Amino acid sequence: MATIRISAPETASRGEVIELKALIQHPMETGYRRGPNGKVIERDIIETFTCTYGGETVFEADLHPGIAANPIFTIYAKAKKSGPIVFTWTDQAGESWSESHMLTVE
Amino acid sequence: MKPGACALLALAAAACGGTEQALPATDPPPSPLMPGSAFLQADTLALQEDDFANPGFLWVDQGEALFSEAAGDTKACSACHSDDTRPLDGIAAHYPAVDEPSATLVNLEGRINLCRTRHQGLEPLDYESEDLLSLTAYVASLSRGAPISVDITGAAADWYRQGQTYFHTRRGQYNLACTQCHDDNWGKQLRGDTISQGHGTGFPAYRLEWQTLGSLHRRLSDCDTGVRAEPFALGSDEYLAVELYLAKRAEGLPVEAPGVRR
Repeated sequence: MATIRISAPETASRGEVIELKALIQHPMETGYRRGPNGKVIERDIIETFTCTYGGETVFEADLHPGIAANPIFTIYAKAKKSGPIVFTWTDQAGESWSESHMLTVE
Repeated sequence: MKPGACALLALAAAACGGTEQALPATDPPPSPLMPGSAFLQADTLALQEDDFANPGFLWVDQGEALFSEAAGDTKACSACHSDDTRPLDGIAAHYPAVDEPSATLVNLEGRINLCRTRHQGLEPLDYESEDLLSLTAYVASLSRGAPISVDITGAAADWYRQGQTYFHTRRGQYNLACTQCHDDNWGKQLRGDTISQGHGTGFPAYRLEWQTLGSLHRRLSDCDTGVRAEPFALGSDEYLAVELYLAKRAEGLPVEAPGVRR
């Protein structure tokens, strides 16, 4: 289980630019390091992050080795209509974690 | 000086572990007393002070979930510790402390494990395990802002003395004692970093070098490795004694956990 933290407003007025922040607990192991036993620590990274708003993709990112552990994204979107904002992370093995936030536009 | 007096002086020096002179009953704190956060770069400090972005809060969140989760047949921590009964606010500022039934010094990690074995019928968690770090981070975060105040009287006095001796003893291939950096040279540059006063008030802390949260004992182990000394085990009596000594030395500083460190 990965711990996820989301920061997003509950309500916004139409046309307002809102700040969305998403933080996930993940080692982002590069695959280039060696452990105390001299053996290479296997690569284990999140490869994609997407954010949808009302079913529409508003942000997408590819992640690579070299991005720090526990990555945080801060993105901005224009509030148009009430709907769910869904943040999804998918790792190299295809496992994914998702968190949804309901935004009400007044 | 007479030859006899020289021999006596040499004996006295040997008796207190190679230090120049006998140590006082309680060491004076660094003056002015400054927390570890005062030595951070602006960006790192901003990360610590942002309660959303501070990655240490990932462990605090996890610890909060574990705290109210009953494992198997046993009761959850929150069954005994609520806002009304045995609240834990401010508690972390008084650790390490001597546990009377076992007459041994315990830190917050040790207290959590004692609670597990005595009241929950659970196995103690491994030192530096994710679960123990999370629970410790959560409990410590409930004391944020509380001034450090530990008891070094009675049974704790010997532990303090042991920690004090450790702090003043040169060790490792670099032959350095903690005091040489953290009392004599704090505020100066050591390569790219500013030497701090060496307080543990931000721990468990998220260290950027570790890319994860870690205990004070892991930090002490890194310091020992840094002077090329053989580190002690995490949770060992040696590090517990140093933890008590450091807490007394930091008396009055607020708890900052979960801190962010370089």
